[in-house]
Amino acid sequence: MNALTLWFHKIGSPPTFYRIAGAFAPWLFGVALVLGAIALYGGLVMAPRDYQQGDAYRIIFVHVPCAWMGLFAYAFMAVNAFIALVWRIKLSEILAMASAPVGAAFTFVTLVTGSIWGKPMWGTWWTWDARLTSELVLLFLYLGVIGLYHAIEDRRQAARAASFLALIGIVNVPIVHFSVNWWNTLHQGQTVRLMGESHITGAMVWPLLLMALATHIWFFASVFARSRVGLLELEGGKDWAREVALADAGDAMVTSHV
Amino acid sequence: MSDFLAMGGYGSYIWPAYAVFVVVLAIDAIAPRLRRKHVLAEIRGKLKRRQARGATP
Repeated sequence: MNALTLWFHKIGSPPTFYRIAGAFAPWLFGVALVLGAIALYGGLVMAPRDYQQGDAYRIIFVHVPCAWMGLFAYAFMAVNAFIALVWRIKLSEILAMASAPVGAAFTFVTLVTGSIWGKPMWGTWWTWDARLTSELVLLFLYLGVIGLYHAIEDRRQAARAASFLALIGIVNVPIVHFSVNWWNTLHQGQTVRLMGESHITGAMVWPLLLMALATHIWFFASVFARSRVGLLELEGGKDWAREVALADAGDAMVTSHV
Repeated sequence: MSDFLAMGGYGSYIWPAYAVFVVVLAIDAIAPRLRRKHVLAEIRGKLKRRQARGATP
């Protein structure tokens, strides 16, 4: 085996990944919180009022980053689901299943904040147009993956079945993304573009992009924390997991005596 | 301050939206911690039962 494959196998081994993820997760959570707080300040205090929507547009600073994360999390889940199905790598199964609840959380926030934004701007909480409906389907796909994973007793079979569903559902991702171009919808088109000019001023862009960065970091923090638990559950009978469990009991005893 | 909270009349929309964002992410951070406690306790429980039966773990 060459050095890269060797390294890949080492990182992919449950106890090693457990340790590395444990070292990173608290830092990622911390950095995400700090960046998120700065972005909130920028969005709520420093960004100017929109000439058309007044202050209501400020919901964009949580709505859009969460919407991006809903799609990003799905892509991350699908890539890991694919690796899990083809190469049967345990860690990929765990990572795919760990990203489903985080993606569902972001998609849920997207739907709720979008609904709250829609009421004053469109005059309705909800409408069955392409963007809103496909986003709701995205939430249902996440819930389907989570539900299937928990409905099957054997953890590895469950992960493979749910991974298969996750892969089929990927067809919905481009539909969500392009729905505002493909169909006439109440939802506004893309505001921020990576290529070309954004339809938004700089004082509004930086809090938005910073919040997007913060939510991406948060996603990995949460996925790491969740996959650590998933690995412990999967490998509960192995020595390394027993050591972790016993060390945890030791910690609990020390703190209860102090 | 009250000007800031009023958000140009949209305060009753903006603050709930931000509250949902914060609360859902807080739950997202707490959930794996609770689950971890549960899983570790389960592993210890299995280990104890095994040792009580006299089997080598």
